[in-house]
Amino acid sequence: MSITTKATGKAIGASLDRLDGPEKVSGTARYAYEHHFENAAYLSPVGATVAKGRVTQIDVSEAEALPGVIAVITNETAPKLADTSDRELAVLQSDEVAYRGQYVAAVVAETFEVARHAASLVRVSYDEEPQDAELRWDRDDLYAPEVVNPAFPTDTEEGDFDGAFASSAITLDETYTTPTEHNNPMEPHTTVAIWEGGDLTLYDSTQGVHAVRKTVAGVFGLDRERVRVVAPFVGGGFGSKGLPHANTILAALAAQMVEGIPIKFALTRQQMFTGVGYRTPTIQRVRLGADEDGHLTATAHDVVEQTARIKEFAEQTAVATRTMYATQTRRTTHRLAALDVPVPSWMRAPGEAPGMFALESAMDELAAKCGLDPIEFRIRNEPELDAETGLPYSSRNLVACLREGARRFGWEGRDPSPRTRQEGRWLVGTGVAASTYPVFRMPGSRARIRYEEDGRYAVEIGAMDIGTGTWTALAQISADALGVPIEAINLRIGDTNLPSASVQGGSSGINTWGSTIFEAARVFRERHGQNPSAGDEAEGKLPDNPEMENYAMHAFGAHFVEARVDEDTGEVRVPRMTSVFAAGNIINPKTARSQFLGGMTMGLSMALHEESMMDPRFGHIVNHDFAEYHIPTAADVGEMDISWIEEDDPLVNPMGAKGIGEIGIVGSAAAVANAVHHATGIRVRELPITPDKLLG
Amino acid sequence: MRPYSYSRARDASGAVAALAEAPNARFLAGGTNLVDLMKLGVETPDMLVDVRRLSSDQIEELPDGTVRIGAAVPNSDLAADRTIRSRYPMLAEALLAGASGQLRNLATTGGNLLQRTRCVYFQDVTTPCNKREPGSGCLAIEGHHKNHAILGASENCIATHPSDMAVAMAALDAIVQVQGPNGEREIPIEELHRLPGDNPDRDTILEHGDLITAIDLPPLGFAANSKYRKVRERASYAFALVSVAAALDVEDGVVRDARIALGGVAHKPWRATKAEEALRGEPVNEANFRAAAEIELADAQPLAGNAFKVPLARNVITRTLLELSEER
Repeated sequence: MSITTKATGKAIGASLDRLDGPEKVSGTARYAYEHHFENAAYLSPVGATVAKGRVTQIDVSEAEALPGVIAVITNETAPKLADTSDRELAVLQSDEVAYRGQYVAAVVAETFEVARHAASLVRVSYDEEPQDAELRWDRDDLYAPEVVNPAFPTDTEEGDFDGAFASSAITLDETYTTPTEHNNPMEPHTTVAIWEGGDLTLYDSTQGVHAVRKTVAGVFGLDRERVRVVAPFVGGGFGSKGLPHANTILAALAAQMVEGIPIKFALTRQQMFTGVGYRTPTIQRVRLGADEDGHLTATAHDVVEQTARIKEFAEQTAVATRTMYATQTRRTTHRLAALDVPVPSWMRAPGEAPGMFALESAMDELAAKCGLDPIEFRIRNEPELDAETGLPYSSRNLVACLREGARRFGWEGRDPSPRTRQEGRWLVGTGVAASTYPVFRMPGSRARIRYEEDGRYAVEIGAMDIGTGTWTALAQISADALGVPIEAINLRIGDTNLPSASVQGGSSGINTWGSTIFEAARVFRERHGQNPSAGDEAEGKLPDNPEMENYAMHAFGAHFVEARVDEDTGEVRVPRMTSVFAAGNIINPKTARSQFLGGMTMGLSMALHEESMMDPRFGHIVNHDFAEYHIPTAADVGEMDISWIEEDDPLVNPMGAKGIGEIGIVGSAAAVANAVHHATGIRVRELPITPDKLLG
Repeated sequence: MRPYSYSRARDASGAVAALAEAPNARFLAGGTNLVDLMKLGVETPDMLVDVRRLSSDQIEELPDGTVRIGAAVPNSDLAADRTIRSRYPMLAEALLAGASGQLRNLATTGGNLLQRTRCVYFQDVTTPCNKREPGSGCLAIEGHHKNHAILGASENCIATHPSDMAVAMAALDAIVQVQGPNGEREIPIEELHRLPGDNPDRDTILEHGDLITAIDLPPLGFAANSKYRKVRERASYAFALVSVAAALDVEDGVVRDARIALGGVAHKPWRATKAEEALRGEPVNEANFRAAAEIELADAQPLAGNAFKVPLARNVITRTLLELSEER
């Protein structure tokens, strides 16, 4: 079986209920905090109340005197870490404060309540320095990073953009902004850390047990074999659990300090707004030029965004613009401001989510200037090849998604003129936007297959299910890879005792782990045949996919939104949304639908609600709870029509499947903004679209 | 959270007496706001006196037609009450526009009146706040104040009162029954909540140890033609940007009387007496409604981040009155 052989089994494509559903609804699926230990202690952190400066004194006497307190950890008492080169993870290693809320101390106590109270009694004095936490486009210290996440060129230039733009018949030059947003998975970041006899065990809420092990082992100077990370069930991450943050290191430090006592550390919701990653705010200037026929002649996407002074994260905001449309000339740039803020990181579709809000809003605006229907405008600019690489697409079905979406949504006959439809006090409009997400595959995964005495195949891989349905989807893939019914599969994931696997991120899980399992199955059958004996075992590692050199691989999609805006109040409601995706073969329609639905809802949330409000005088997010940081309630989510087109792409992997975890959010905010413009005639270029921006 | 002691008084007098001896004690009813604030370190009582079972959880009609609501009546029960729904629909609507089902089941009528502001600086003990620490400064004035006051604010505080229920009660001239260290007294709801002035730390005129035992709604026939309109950034579970409780009495196309109160615009439920006065005797039409709203809002002093509340309040008052005049 070669990499390009298509799976022909029956399990892939079946709309199976989640295999872990009964455990979840009965409460027996154990999340990190639910790993119970009789002698556990609880950790509560103390966050810096200045954004920049030095800790001059920490008075722990009152906290230490509190009955039930086991230890108070400060930079003076914390064990020294072996590697402090990653300053985000150099927890309590110096007196320096690099952002507000950074851990400056922590309390370990017999109960959560005592720990929290004691933490409030730790008195910290600072030598405060003026902080700088405000992103503006006109800062004089913006710089170009070497690459943008994860390894894309910072800038690109195709042809003479300036000349082409200057001579374009129709042009658009607008600036779009997206605010800081916080991932906020339902389960907060949580760790139970046990340090015993030089071995460290972490029950951690993470998107990658092996990634945590690698990082933690390096930071603490431990052999990897001495670190075990366990995470069978995770209540969401959206990227914020993709890499370990300071909270995991703090829990391990505390465990090291009070060896033998399991340390439980769950962040409060307020603490989730500091130090576990967030989406950078972006300021995006988009310039588009077109000829009289509506063909793009010039495209520029120039991005200003932030990173932290202590560690660089450069969101790849303009990267999707490099592949979306055919254009005679193109320029994309990214510039960063390094601020006294926590380190930004991955948040569902980093790059594509904010970048496609700007590009797809601009495309809607330019379509109107060209006098073209926005779908027709996009179809006219459909590229033959991927401009970024010059390669053909393994499959590209954006046009099919636009057409199928238009049919399902009832787009035909749409009057393009804004503010012309009204139902009672509601102004009604419709909008469309495209979506895309690359087919990522991460290196370094292995899987082990063993035929067991009960006649089932143990399939072992240190992969993750962060609520996405991996337990079920990988079991389906395993069944087809081995050519057996799914009942014959005993999948094991979420533990570093299992073979190494990549982090769950970049919508790469199914592609990476599924391909790895296919390879392990091939090796197993090659070695043990169709009738193995109990104990027969084989390992396989992720094989290369040579087709990745020959083809550009991306999933595409199209979102259609009906928006209603109350003309008296500016309140926006979205009663229906239709999205169509082209993402290759769908492993499990039921769990896939949930992924698309979640992404679309998060896009709706990005469009209308989410905004972390920075107070630059302090350098912190002031609306750090769910009363003030809004996400949609059930009442905000209307009819969600989700479908996908049949897409046969044997080039991407043996399953023919592209990742689907992120594409749902990409472009959806622009579809909402475009519909709001159609309803009201008001173009909101600063997310979120709140009533104050619609009241004339 | 600071450790505290908990006790349950035998009756209202006992509860009041218990607080009189403990200057840093608080009454606990539903706890939906107080407990949150304790977790945040904003409220740091050393003793909680549970009053939930002391006050009546009944809604009864008095001989003069007044409806008396026991202070312990849960918000859910009050919203569902037949008398309230038919005679004072704006109050039922206001209750249902607030919080979530779970919170309404727990929150009490008395406690709802005493909710504290949602100002983000008030709720964060690591930032200054005149309401929390008098004299430390108001950060909202030059900071994030989208949800803050446009009427009746002071240079010391621009916080808003978060209750929906209290807005409807302000429009209905509710009377708050209070038992305190010096006996029982009645407080018109208009006087219960304060404007911030120089003492933003004081939300109400209640003294330490005062316990709300009931709220009376005087009879008001035309309140049957009333409604509550709440504008918020999502469809549910959000505090009001602006809300309007209004009742309209129309005869032969002319406004005989009106009751209007606004939420989300001031340190207290804002009774729009100037608009009411402007409406009396005027023909029912959009221009007159808008003019009345503008008279009320003429005193507004918005800041950069909440200037949208002025046209928003004007529009919502106008629309709500129009709907009330159409529905008759």
